[in-house]
Amino acid sequence: MAEIELNEVDKKSKKGMLSKLDFKTLGPFIAMIVLFIFGYLINDAFINSGNLSNILTRSSFIGIIAVGATFVITAGGIDLSVGSMAAFISGIMILVMNELKTVMEPGLMIIFAGVAISVVLGVVAGFINGFLTTKGKIEAFIVTLGSMGIYRSLVTYSADGGTISLDREVRAIYRPVYYEDLFGIPIPVLVFVAVAIIGYILLNKTVFGRHCFAIGSNENVAKYSAVNVDITRIKTYILQGICVSIATIIYVPRLGSASAQTGTLWELEAIAAVIIGGTMLKGGYGRIWGTVMGALILTMIGNILNLTDLISNYLNGAVQGVIIVVAVYLQRGDWKKKK
Amino acid sequence: MKFSTKLLGAVAGLAMAVSSGVASAEPHTMGVSIPTADHGWTGGVNYHAQVTKERLEALYPDLKIVLVTAADPTSQANDLEDLVSIHKIEALVILPTDGGPLTEPIRDVKASGATITVVDRSLTDNSLVDIYVAGNNPELGTTSAKYMAEHMNGTGNIVILRGLPISIDEERFDAFMAEIGKSSGITVLDNKHANWNRDDGFTVMQDFLARFPKIDGVWAQDDDIALGVIEAVKEAGREDELFIVGGAGMKEMVKRVMDGDKLVPVDVLYPPAMIATAMEITALQFVSGAPVEGTFIVGSPLITQENAAKYYFPDSLF
Repeated sequence: MAEIELNEVDKKSKKGMLSKLDFKTLGPFIAMIVLFIFGYLINDAFINSGNLSNILTRSSFIGIIAVGATFVITAGGIDLSVGSMAAFISGIMILVMNELKTVMEPGLMIIFAGVAISVVLGVVAGFINGFLTTKGKIEAFIVTLGSMGIYRSLVTYSADGGTISLDREVRAIYRPVYYEDLFGIPIPVLVFVAVAIIGYILLNKTVFGRHCFAIGSNENVAKYSAVNVDITRIKTYILQGICVSIATIIYVPRLGSASAQTGTLWELEAIAAVIIGGTMLKGGYGRIWGTVMGALILTMIGNILNLTDLISNYLNGAVQGVIIVVAVYLQRGDWKKKK
Repeated sequence: MKFSTKLLGAVAGLAMAVSSGVASAEPHTMGVSIPTADHGWTGGVNYHAQVTKERLEALYPDLKIVLVTAADPTSQANDLEDLVSIHKIEALVILPTDGGPLTEPIRDVKASGATITVVDRSLTDNSLVDIYVAGNNPELGTTSAKYMAEHMNGTGNIVILRGLPISIDEERFDAFMAEIGKSSGITVLDNKHANWNRDDGFTVMQDFLARFPKIDGVWAQDDDIALGVIEAVKEAGREDELFIVGGAGMKEMVKRVMDGDKLVPVDVLYPPAMIATAMEITALQFVSGAPVEGTFIVGSPLITQENAAKYYFPDSLF
């Protein structure tokens, strides 16, 4: 019954050709296609397979983190600590692998140990954020603002203000994880796609995903509908931590180093990617494929600006700002209804 | 009443005795304000400042050094207020995060009577400066351009990765462009900011490589950027086509020069240890009558395979 009623309401709201297009879903795709054409017009080197592969590979860090952020934001939370967390996890991973190299032969075992440490740290860091926001009853903004500062300082401290570099021999073994292809597709891109697919299934096809939507739209209603709000929230932060950890696992082999500068502003880029993709910042509605598009759009803007000298370097930030706002405006789709 | 007056007198006398006793030991406080270690070079500055603080305090027991770090001009201005009001500094050694916005806060410190030592950046009013210690930014640009023009025999294509958009970057860039302009056969394809950062160096270079089919030389201006550039060039498999000139004298880069790496034939020195020079000179005014006021310019020589050993400090942090 309920479904039929909903369909009827849907039909009523669909008037005219333009309204038949679902801008909420298509907005991010349209924005990306427009940007794509724009990139090609500015410099035809843009559509070289090399350049496109660069864009995809590069966007995988922010993209993977943003998939995690989609859950947190959908459930009405926010995580500002992801950039610092990525720097911190990268730093500790490198230190552990360097330390292991002094006691054992450089080999896959060291890499596995590093990866394991990274996942453990991600889960623990995510749990702490989630626990403090739910059981500690502190606003997510404050908890993660705090942990953002803590992780950033810890990485600066572990690096003595400099850069933590991965041992050369270990790096030689680890390097392919960022630079090699599998079936002609760069490994980071494959990981990104896998994370996005798993994220999509979790958010749209499971009870957990529906609980995220419910908590984000109305926490009290969710609570009285027997949803365990705290546990679900904590799970979203742990998921975010795991995503950060996966991002660092493919980030570390790229340059083999971590410093106080690693991952600066990633949190804002991840949040921007999520919102460009159509997820509501106030929670209650989330879309993984939109997030993926959002991450691609952000990376493409930077790439296009590097491919032209038409725009002054000093205006890069302004161009990014305008495109972000326009992309979100497009997907809100309210502009077509009036008049 | 009388008793309490006496007591007051005694206390006052005691206080005078104490203060005169302290005065005879002549303790001096020097404030050192530097940017947070946000990239390799400032990491080096922090390291040298810390080491020099310990060394000077051990050497001169009457000298107290207060070291503070700030992430941006606003917090650095706050630091300066604290140094004056809480620590009563008699001398300030400052590496401003940005010279422009910090000029007025430094004027206030100067008004409190402290000696002002400015390191590496210029203020909008340089009459405030008693001691100026700096690397030679235009020389870094000129040295790099001269070498690149020579190495390329006066012809070819160059791309430039710049730092953060602040005065240092402009000084280096302008001097480089002026010098490279003398070789008519050299084309500067484009310049982009890579923010003295490895990740940005990597991405910007990837995009340059995608955009320009033929690049002969890369001026990365900084060793952190250069390390990112090296990875991007290797990824594209274009190591044999070009060479990279960095700047600063980071140990990893000096090592490459020393080992005769074709991709990195030289480096240009811009030592973070200049903060140590500034602290040593400033401390001298408290312990000797030697004149210290003036301008001290630390050179930016070319580091080549022949002289690299002189600039290679494997134990250093930077």
